[in-house]
Amino acid sequence: MKILVTAKRVEDPESKIKVDAAGKGIVKDGLKYKINPFDEIAVEEALRLAAKHPGDVVAVSIGGKEVHEQLRHALAMGATKAVWVNHEGPLDQMGVARLLQKIVEKEKPDLVILGKQSIDDDQNQVGQYLAEWLGWGQATFASKADSLDSENEKNKVPGVIVGDGAKTVDVIREVDGGLNRLRLTLPAVVTTDLRLNQPRYASLPGIMKAKSKPLEEQTAQGLGVDVAPKITVTKLSMPPARKAGIKVPDVATLVTKLKTEAKVV
Amino acid sequence: MDFRLSDDERALQDTARKFAREVMRPKAAHCDEQSLFPREIIQQSHELGLLNMTIPQELGGVGLSHLAQCIVAEELSWGCAGMATSMIANDLALLPIHIAGTKEQKERFVRPFTEKFKLCSFGLTEPGAGSDVAGMQTVARRDGDHYVINGQKQWITNGEFADQYTLFCTTDRTKRHKGIMAIVIEGRPKGFSTGKHENKMGQRASNTVTLTLEDVRVPVANRLGEEGDGFRIAMETLDNSRPLTAMFAVGVARAAMEHAIDYAKQRVQFGKPIAELQAVQFMIADMAKDIHAARLLSWQSAQLLDDGAKNTLVSSYAKCFAADMAMRVTTDAVQVFGGYGYSKEYPVEKLMRDAKLIQIYEGTSQVQRVVMARELLKG
Ligand SMILES: Cc1cc2nc3c(=O)[nH]c(=O)nc-3n(C[C@H](O)[C@H](O)[C@H](O)COP(=O)(O)OP(=O)(O)OC[C@H]3O[C@@H](n4cnc5c(N)ncnc54)[C@H](O)[C@@H]3O)c2cc1C
Ligand SMILES: Cc1cc2nc3c(=O)[nH]c(=O)nc-3n(C[C@H](O)[C@H](O)[C@H](O)COP(=O)(O)OP(=O)(O)OC[C@H]3O[C@@H](n4cnc5c(N)ncnc54)[C@H](O)[C@@H]3O)c2cc1C
Repeated sequence: MKILVTAKRVEDPESKIKVDAAGKGIVKDGLKYKINPFDEIAVEEALRLAAKHPGDVVAVSIGGKEVHEQLRHALAMGATKAVWVNHEGPLDQMGVARLLQKIVEKEKPDLVILGKQSIDDDQNQVGQYLAEWLGWGQATFASKADSLDSENEKNKVPGVIVGDGAKTVDVIREVDGGLNRLRLTLPAVVTTDLRLNQPRYASLPGIMKAKSKPLEEQTAQGLGVDVAPKITVTKLSMPPARKAGIKVPDVATLVTKLKTEAKVV
Repeated sequence: MDFRLSDDERALQDTARKFAREVMRPKAAHCDEQSLFPREIIQQSHELGLLNMTIPQELGGVGLSHLAQCIVAEELSWGCAGMATSMIANDLALLPIHIAGTKEQKERFVRPFTEKFKLCSFGLTEPGAGSDVAGMQTVARRDGDHYVINGQKQWITNGEFADQYTLFCTTDRTKRHKGIMAIVIEGRPKGFSTGKHENKMGQRASNTVTLTLEDVRVPVANRLGEEGDGFRIAMETLDNSRPLTAMFAVGVARAAMEHAIDYAKQRVQFGKPIAELQAVQFMIADMAKDIHAARLLSWQSAQLLDDGAKNTLVSSYAKCFAADMAMRVTTDAVQVFGGYGYSKEYPVEKLMRDAKLIQIYEGTSQVQRVVMARELLKG
């Protein structure tokens, strides 16, 4: 079974993010980057599925040459092939989904797994657009029935279950108020939530092997996709700083304050 | 020299850093306190290829450059210097086999380590022969196609748990350097025993024992090179490992500095964080400067090896400078923490104890200076 996954380059969540002077972007100096954590979960899930249903795991990333770093990370984890969509400049979620649609049409995977969102823009849209435009079924927010401390997780059992003959896929979804179970006909699109798996480390032999794995280049023009953004960023601002907490001398004061100031009880 | 890391080097660093942060560090205080050898962690490091990283690809290893090994070593030591010492001890014991082993010996004594989790030890030091390696007394007498070995080895890292030993001994004590040979001992032959685990000041997660050899028979086929080659093999091994040991110092010092910075920003005295006091700022500035210098020196000493050049002098600069630097930096980190730094409730006193060993093993800071002076004044 062939699986396609995404490997977006995002700012390392441990970096300090600052809005730039123009207020339309962020200060890039000294920032570190990594693979979108949700995408890393997608890669891990794909590798676990591929261990049970052998086939290629293709990682796709869109951006300048620097995204090779994220593609190589996916390859080092165990993906078999990388596709680099060489693109500089702004892209919106629809542009990304259009590009991915073309790659999917070329690669013809049985399953596409993406992060439910990327931690930079937090849009949570690409998987949904992609499934819609491909005309495939979709299951967003894939999660696991048991916890990330479970035996299954230790044994790297996939949370997404592919049926016999690879005709269907069962996905447990994390939704408001609980878990929802869906069965989709393949090919299909799945997006990952945080509690689906714990991604493996890229091993040193994996990192060295990644160098010799195929990395194919594509471009928006080559794919015939108009990626001109339909969304423009007009202003970025930092969330308001949180006020420091206060200490209260006793429970009675706490209760009073909760009633009169916080108005929560 | 290019000071930027390549994408691969950064990827290796990421994996080592993640392993150090998520696997090693959470257990570091416990293993230190209990003087516990973290077998599972070291086994896990094997699965990731972090163990035996000096083994070349043709023997099933990862085939890292010396520079890449340095980058990984810093992270491991940042996680826990004691664990890192036990991890690198494997490399130290395998290096003499790369350096002087035949193809057949490499297949027999090195390749199995890449296939399975195994530990090995480097047995050079003796109770009466530390810095003075040539004064070793462990003696090998030839008996047909075996050697019969008698003697004692001291301070042998991983000794209690090792599956294989690279042992240095002499066939003729009167010949000093020229009488030494290196030989591989597999498993626990008759007459071979290990002493009790040393109760050490620092790096307590690493296992350190004595080895006692009483009429231990070892096949001549296990000898590396010829009789009399042992001293050269040991020195060449240390040329290879000094950059890594220097990076251990960098890792420990970086950990101490990071703790000191975090603490200084939080600790309020005289109405403001102590990080705003110039006396504290200067300690931190000196830490960062010296760590950086030590790192570059160590990288250069590794780069020389990658270029196929001799690095004896520069690797002695690196090991000596880095070890002395780590001792200063960790002592200052305790200072920044004030009374809290002196308590085991806080992480910096362990780092100070861990750093001390780096000035001692693999050639003391004095012996490094002896080597430097010899190189500088010769000819
Ligand atoms: C925890 C630990 C782990 C170790 N692991 C190993 C291992 O795995 N394998 C192994 O073979 N060894 C190992 N060692 C041994 C280590 O390499 C020696 O301790 C080291 O070489 C110093 O030898 P020594 O302890 O006998 O000190 P000595 O040689 O007795 O030195 C004592 C002091 O005299 C100084 N001194 C000695 N000679 C000179 C000189 N010529 N000029 C100036 N000053 C001098 C030294 O610098 C030192 O300050 C380990 C040691 C420790 C503590
Ligand atoms: C084992 C032990 C026993 C002790 N016994 C006693 C005891 O019996 N009775 C008792 O009362 N106390 C005792 N103390 C407390 C001891 O005196 C304090 O730890 C010491 O005064 C330092 O204070 P601190 O630990 O709060 O460090 P801090 O004052 O927080 O200092 C942290 C760092 O900031 C630096 N710093 C702080 N202010 C300045 C400044 N203005 N300019 C420049 N640098 C500055 C310090 O030099 C230090 O490096 C003991 C401490 C220990 C560890």
